[in-house]
Amino acid sequence: MNVLIMGCGRLGARVAGQLDAAGHHVTILDTNPAAFRRLPEGFRGERAVGNGMDGPTLERAGIRNADAFLAVTQGDNRNYFASQMAREVYGVKRVLCRIYDPVREQIFREMGLETFSPTSIGAQIMVDMLLNEKAPGRP
Amino acid sequence: MYVIVAGGGKVGFYLAQELLNDNHEVLVIERDPMRAAAISEELGEAVMNGDGCEATTLDAAGVARADLVAAVTGDDEDNLVVCEIARRRGVPRTIARINNPKNELLFKRRGIETTISATQAILAQIEQELPTHDMIPLLQLHSGLELVEIKLPETSPVAGRSVREVLLPPESLISLVVDPGGVPRIPSGDTRLNPGDALVVVTQRESTELLREALIGSTHGLDT
Repeated sequence: MNVLIMGCGRLGARVAGQLDAAGHHVTILDTNPAAFRRLPEGFRGERAVGNGMDGPTLERAGIRNADAFLAVTQGDNRNYFASQMAREVYGVKRVLCRIYDPVREQIFREMGLETFSPTSIGAQIMVDMLLNEKAPGRP
Repeated sequence: MYVIVAGGGKVGFYLAQELLNDNHEVLVIERDPMRAAAISEELGEAVMNGDGCEATTLDAAGVARADLVAAVTGDDEDNLVVCEIARRRGVPRTIARINNPKNELLFKRRGIETTISATQAILAQIEQELPTHDMIPLLQLHSGLELVEIKLPETSPVAGRSVREVLLPPESLISLVVDPGGVPRIPSGDTRLNPGDALVVVTQRESTELLREALIGSTHGLDT
């Protein structure tokens, strides 16, 4: 599978490493080339520098051949915007989008995007850890 | 009319001021507390400090009863999100400022028809002065209509014909004919079209390519 990841933060770099190790072709995009140092040693995927909210940059990063697009920058609105570009303009089949704000996350999910909120998930885990002494969904 | 303006920069501020002068109810939502306080000194109660991209802020602003939401921040992604949430909350009209003209396509795909781009407007103004562009968008009207200017080339398939004989795409109308000397006329069915005439045409946005073909000919349709 060809996977394009926007945002080489902790999550983006980690997902990139895992998908690469699983044998997928990964391209990771970030505005700041220094972010690529977060990638694990031996990462075989491609690194692209640029702003993922810009059509030509996405095209250079190979969005037209991407089977999946993952939006994991720090900005909820940037992730939403780029995800809709991937879906509506480039017709990418799987588009996954991180949204920190649980309220916005729910709205975007209701609009048909595949979204998740680390805030909601993290809160649930903490409550479970504290009250139930077990944390479903915890690795 | 109750108008929510998301973004209290220069565009948002002057927009709100004009709307208030026209006796509309206005609320500017501005993220930066200092900027919000500065606006408040000029506009009084008509400003709220908060993030217009958050549904809770929009709800507190009374988005459900707003007649119009104008998203005019300097970030296209924020403007898209404001319009999307407003529409989910049932706002009948949303207007988005677009900074990168290439983003217009996405806003349209998302059903946000009214977009304003200063970049695009300036570009159109410049292109108006370049003879190489044979079809110039003049104005985006509501509900999918567009006003364009077309200069008829020597090879135009309608050169020498009268307006009545010209087959236009549906819902299109030649509303003005400006001759090469710059004299404008409102055409009748008998008005003859000549090379060098500039036609101002109202058309459906999706029909502009058909219109180009009808008035300029297909060989010119490749440069868009």
